[in-house]
Amino acid sequence: MTIDASPQVNAPPGQALVVDAAHVDVTYTVRGTDRLAVRDISFQIGRQESFGLVGESGSGKTTMALAITRYLARNGRVSSGSITVNGQDVASLGKDALRSLRARTVSMVYQEPGRALNPTIRIGRQVAEVYEIAGLSKADAAGRAEQALRRVQISDPGRVIRSYPHQLSGGMLQRVVIAMALASEPALLILDEPTTALDATVEAEILDLVASLREEFHTGVLFISHNLAVIAKMCDRVGVMYAGELVEEGGAREVFEQPRHPYTVGLIRCIPRRGQRKDHGRLDTIPGFLPSPGQVPTGCVFAQRCGLAKERCFTEAPPMYEVSGTRYSRCHYHELAPTLPRATPADVQLPEPDRAAAPVITLREVSKTFAARGEQVHALTGVDLDLRLGETVGLVGESGSGKTTLARVLLGLTAPDQGSTLELEGKKLAPTAPQRNRDQLRAMQIVFQNPDSALNRRHSVRYQIGRALTKLAGLHGKQEEEALLDVVHSVRMEERHLDLRPAQLSGGLKQRVAIARAYAGNPQVLVCDEPTSALDVSVQAAILNLLAELQGREHVTYLFISHDLGVVRYLSDRIVVLYLGRIMEYGDAETVFSGPHHPYTEALLSAVPSLDGALRERIALTGEIPSPAHPPSGCVFHTRCPRRLPSGICESTEPPLAEAEPGHFMRCHIPLADLRALQHVSNE
Amino acid sequence: MMADDELPGTPAGSSATRTPLEGDPALLDPAAAAVLVRDDATGAAGALDVSARAIRREHLRQLLRSPAFLTGMAIFLWWVVCAVFGRVIAPYDPVTGSLTQFNVPPSSTHWFGTDSLGRDVFSRVIVGARDILIIAPLATLLGTVVGTSLGLIQGYFRGVLDNVVGRIVDAVLALPFVIIAFLFVVAVGPSTITLILVIGLVFALIIARTVRTAVLQERELDYVAAARLRNESNAHIMFVEILPNVFAPIMVEFTVRLGYAIFAIATLSFLGFGIQPPTPDWGADIAASYQYLAAGYWWETLFPALAIASLIVAVNLIGDSIEAVVIQ
Repeated sequence: MTIDASPQVNAPPGQALVVDAAHVDVTYTVRGTDRLAVRDISFQIGRQESFGLVGESGSGKTTMALAITRYLARNGRVSSGSITVNGQDVASLGKDALRSLRARTVSMVYQEPGRALNPTIRIGRQVAEVYEIAGLSKADAAGRAEQALRRVQISDPGRVIRSYPHQLSGGMLQRVVIAMALASEPALLILDEPTTALDATVEAEILDLVASLREEFHTGVLFISHNLAVIAKMCDRVGVMYAGELVEEGGAREVFEQPRHPYTVGLIRCIPRRGQRKDHGRLDTIPGFLPSPGQVPTGCVFAQRCGLAKERCFTEAPPMYEVSGTRYSRCHYHELAPTLPRATPADVQLPEPDRAAAPVITLREVSKTFAARGEQVHALTGVDLDLRLGETVGLVGESGSGKTTLARVLLGLTAPDQGSTLELEGKKLAPTAPQRNRDQLRAMQIVFQNPDSALNRRHSVRYQIGRALTKLAGLHGKQEEEALLDVVHSVRMEERHLDLRPAQLSGGLKQRVAIARAYAGNPQVLVCDEPTSALDVSVQAAILNLLAELQGREHVTYLFISHDLGVVRYLSDRIVVLYLGRIMEYGDAETVFSGPHHPYTEALLSAVPSLDGALRERIALTGEIPSPAHPPSGCVFHTRCPRRLPSGICESTEPPLAEAEPGHFMRCHIPLADLRALQHVSNE
Repeated sequence: MMADDELPGTPAGSSATRTPLEGDPALLDPAAAAVLVRDDATGAAGALDVSARAIRREHLRQLLRSPAFLTGMAIFLWWVVCAVFGRVIAPYDPVTGSLTQFNVPPSSTHWFGTDSLGRDVFSRVIVGARDILIIAPLATLLGTVVGTSLGLIQGYFRGVLDNVVGRIVDAVLALPFVIIAFLFVVAVGPSTITLILVIGLVFALIIARTVRTAVLQERELDYVAAARLRNESNAHIMFVEILPNVFAPIMVEFTVRLGYAIFAIATLSFLGFGIQPPTPDWGADIAASYQYLAAGYWWETLFPALAIASLIVAVNLIGDSIEAVVIQ
């Protein structure tokens, strides 16, 4: 074991470096106090190399990217170390040189393409402007703009050029931004969570695009993401950041397959994968939480949360150890990292849902049509669905597929169209919540996606949960107080949290309050609308464990909405796939995931990057999700379906939702046997 | 370059789908969980402590460092002292004049001179603070309470009621405020109550508009849906759930309207429809003395006018400072 104090030189020798960061510290001054946000970070990116920075929020990834282009906020500065981009020391650049660096050498792409573009200027003008700045004439620039859009695989650049940003989808806008970023043929392209705001199918397309453009332009890439699988797919090498430090570095595959830092080990264990299911065992979690920014511990930054930490870890900060020629780990005991003990015991006893039981919820012919600007938008069309006691039904589909509308209709927040039938235990439900009685309201509750919106920021935790107990369970006084403590303990919170307001709680705690509130009235059905998508992975694992545990204990039915198929698979007993407001496929989770799938499900599954490296054959979806105001004729999926039948039946006739095999329903003209052959599903 | 367009306004990394959140406090590790409490107790230099009390304390600290706020407050408090203790401070009787000393220019005996009836202008300016400082806050308070309720109802229920109220507001605002007040006072007769009512009700319509806009945003948040799902009454949702969240714009609106109320009362008094003589009042005094300006008796007009101006400026300084601190 050698201690490596000098910056690592990992890029192949003889090749110029695009980025060379050496022992960089970044300090923010907040009200006169200096806070170290990034500590002693060294990494290098070679020409044409793709380097990933991965870590949870607050780990300093974005700060590092901003430091490279000297875009740190006014109160931030590189307080130590040096950053060299394409051979130039960034800190020493004058005004003009800095502008030239940003204009020609480095380009950045951010998470929200909508905010990177000017909403009042047509796309064509905005793209052309980049070329004009580079010195081209107006006419030449316009021509180059069209070419650039073609190069990012925009099929109809003529239309896009004339459009304003709000007329294009998020995926299309991100393509435009990438086209603009590549206009100067930069040596370094920084992508900061470029696909986080996009659907999985669109994400897959954008990632493919970036990968192919990287080859074409010979650009070095710094790819920042919280999503380990995306990084694994996109990057040659990866650096794992934690609390402002680079804790591990190495080849992307190696790091994720054989992590050598306890944090990386823990992080990977938090993610449900390899078809892991709730009845196989709990997800592991990382105990504790991120040190507050600016807190510099004496020892290792991760020691407080590390199951392997020994005395030395608390007193002596580990240097970057060289594990092997290309692997580095900031851990005194990196060889022990894979033996990290579990923070959460795996053993779990979950009762099997009773599949023969009468359904708790029955939906028949549920439709919802919104009137928008004189158009009829069909958000839901003829949905039939049964939810049985104690089971989890996963609801998946791209944005705009009607998942949230279905949840809102069920809860009575949105009234369905005439002719829709909703039943709770065989009794008809009124279309809207105010018309339902207390028992019916109590029976169905929801955990929203964003706890900041779901919790009232002006009221204490005690008030918000207590109010639910009063209104739904009819409890008052001493009884209410007891029930309050009971439910708070059941979501693993403590009494001292009761008098805090949401802003004083971390994201995970806020979501626990929301879950406690939903559970206050002993619901029979709980709608979980993307309950973990606003949370970091380590927090997500704890919330998923909690949801599974509460379900096992209280026999609650979950309608679980998520875009994260790994999470859906972990928690769900059955899966419903929605597309343009219609159920395209539903069946037992294992059947739906193992196939044969509906072609839409197949495309969804293949779009998700996997950490396991077992790359599926990508089934690319062409085109964008059609407008629900004008659904395509025949099968609504035919416009994007890669397996469309040549006979033309898909265009003319809508297939029924038929039972393809026992318990497995599909809305597709292609016979199951043919799908099985097409998808190479082994015939078990 | 694209990056140039984007960066200043866009600190990358946050979005609707993924909000940056801290890690989850320990469920198993009490030591780590204590970090949360420690942050709370020490305030960790203020940035991490987000309890309501700490935020209020921080707001107050920022206000007390603001020269505009301190200046405004000093002037405002001076007039409050005058309003309360005016009769004690005033060197002369503000109502009964001297039969010999009329139209005397400012001097060491009469700092602001005397008016055409021989009354001491300084004493009248001081005592004149009283009625305006009673009527203006009461009228503004009435306007804020009624306007807030109206705005909550409009924003929460929307629909026909919102449209009807919206059009009434449009109609009322199409007329200059002074004309509405003038017509109202002429119809009902001038009195303190009349002034409070007319100013309060017109302000209510304006304030309702601000509150409505804020409520429209709030009602879309999920906590409102959660309240509906536990069978809360509409009144509860409006006044207990939403109202505390729209309090900041209401507070700002109150201070802004207070300035306008002072202005309105002074104007109406000047026109003779406000505070009635012989009660000392700035607007009325200007009305009584401006005709002597041509004769060179400038002090009789100038000092009451400065009093009005200083009070309005003070209230606006306070209002602007509060707005800058509360709404960031």
